[in-house]
Amino acid sequence: MTTRPLLKPPLRSPGVQRAQRSRRRFRDDLSGWLFVAPASILVLGLSFFPAVWSFILSLQEWNGFSEPEFVGLDNYSALITDDDFASAVMHTGIYTALFVPMSVLAGLFLAVALNRKIRFIGLYRTAIFVPFVASAAATGILSTYLFNPQFGLVNNVLRVLGLPAQGWLEDQTQAMFVIALMSLWGQAAFTTVIYLAALQDVSPELLEASRLDGANPWQSFWSVVWPSLRPVTIFVTIWQTIGAIQLFDLVYTTTRGGPLDATKTIVYYLWEQAFRRLEFGYGSAVAYALFALTLVITIGVVLYSRRRGQDAF
Amino acid sequence: MTALDSRPTVDEAVQTTVAPVARARTPRRRRMSGWHFVLAPIALLFLLPFVQMFMASVSPAKELVSYPPPFIPSRIDFTGFIALFQNTDIMLWLLNSTIVSATAIASHLVFCSLAGYGFARLTFRGRNFGIFAILGTIMIPTQLLMIPTYVLFSRLGLVDGLGAAIVPWLATAFGVFLMRQFFMSLPRELEEAGRIDGASRWQIFIRIILPLAKPALATLAIFTLLGSWNDLVWPLIAINNDNAFTLQLGIANFQGTRRTQWSLLMAANVVATMPLILFFLFAQKQFIQTMTMTGLRG
Repeated sequence: MTTRPLLKPPLRSPGVQRAQRSRRRFRDDLSGWLFVAPASILVLGLSFFPAVWSFILSLQEWNGFSEPEFVGLDNYSALITDDDFASAVMHTGIYTALFVPMSVLAGLFLAVALNRKIRFIGLYRTAIFVPFVASAAATGILSTYLFNPQFGLVNNVLRVLGLPAQGWLEDQTQAMFVIALMSLWGQAAFTTVIYLAALQDVSPELLEASRLDGANPWQSFWSVVWPSLRPVTIFVTIWQTIGAIQLFDLVYTTTRGGPLDATKTIVYYLWEQAFRRLEFGYGSAVAYALFALTLVITIGVVLYSRRRGQDAF
Repeated sequence: MTALDSRPTVDEAVQTTVAPVARARTPRRRRMSGWHFVLAPIALLFLLPFVQMFMASVSPAKELVSYPPPFIPSRIDFTGFIALFQNTDIMLWLLNSTIVSATAIASHLVFCSLAGYGFARLTFRGRNFGIFAILGTIMIPTQLLMIPTYVLFSRLGLVDGLGAAIVPWLATAFGVFLMRQFFMSLPRELEEAGRIDGASRWQIFIRIILPLAKPALATLAIFTLLGSWNDLVWPLIAINNDNAFTLQLGIANFQGTRRTQWSLLMAANVVATMPLILFFLFAQKQFIQTMTMTGLRG
């Protein structure tokens, strides 16, 4: 293609050349878009368009059937004074405060424990990772049985140990803890795998140096391994936090928000408002509040880590 | 084969790397590692819910609600499974879930690899805008999209059938990015060789690039399988018709309707979880790869 103009003097006028070039460019554009169009239309069509629509809905009062009524920012101002929403935020906060540190620490601990070549290590890894495939529906049924106050395995173990039986999912103060524990069971694999990958990048030279300096494994871990895992820790913290404040599935499959609304999270409240009470406008406002919360937390953690000189991304 | 194959996967790295910390502590190789005392109980604890599930699914119904409950059933009793298959629509739900996941996987493999290749290697106007827009959608939480998407789907009549469950899983931003990352890592010489032989872009993609993409396609397939098979919130919102229930939706509703039929519930759990557990045991390496990639999308 490129050799031809070298052999012949340019016979074609610049106009013709330009036309040819633009035709080829058009062909490139066309084939490029043919490759990317199906997925792009699906992904963008099912995200940007609904996201904008959702914002418009949040300014309306609408039950899906009647004529939507424009109410400006009323939904948002109602949200601020809504006690049920405030308690949903609090319940979500409790779950996040329980689940995120547990899952990050468990991931770190399990990764360190699994990062060695000993007998049965493959079995250990499989056992810890396999709950990752359990669905929320399955985990929900398992949780309600394991933590059943009357005949559940957990209370039975407590009984054998001579400890008093607990209400677990039927107890207002314990239900969220059980949900966090069962989330951890299913998701520990994720943080563990991320930390395992990160442990491979810890500099062996630094570890060797700290060993030669007389550090014991415990000291080496805190002075060498832990600091080099900082970016990953920040990343999984953000990731797990975003996941935690969107908790819905496991609440639906265990307590359905109870007992006495003690496990009603933001997304559960959103779902109830939108799909049980058909408050599409108010539900959309809750969704945007959740989105804002997610953004604030993400930006906050990133800025905090930047200021401390740790870049997670 | 390619540069990619020589790169160790996370799993290989996990298997082959001995932590220097541990090596420093145990110079004598024969001594049994103290970590067994930590790992074995933890591993058992993680397996316990599944073990309980299998035990309970074949327990006589009465034993499950007796006090104290026996962990190991006195005899194997399949009444839970029999009741499950006779009295509920689980076969229909299983079929529905299979249709949803199979369609989702097939469509993900086709659309996401096409788009991933296009965004990674083809030059066309609007490419960067497209990449930026799709990346941007990852920031949008799904909860923001639920209400309008439901309204849209119900107007299109999708909520009366499986369509509502399938459409959001036809292609995802994550799938496009996973494939784009993979294709960008392939050496450009592969395509140049094809172009010299006079192959079209399409032929290069089908004959040269796609056969090399098997590991990435496996990762994508597992991601899609896990997501679509286990999805609960979206089917819960979008499926209005009992005949279009997915497996997860069906068993989640048992919580209300069959609360005390524990052997049936546990049998349902076994049916819902077994396919993925077996698949996990069979393709553990790819699952771990998928988890790592899911984490890297941030």
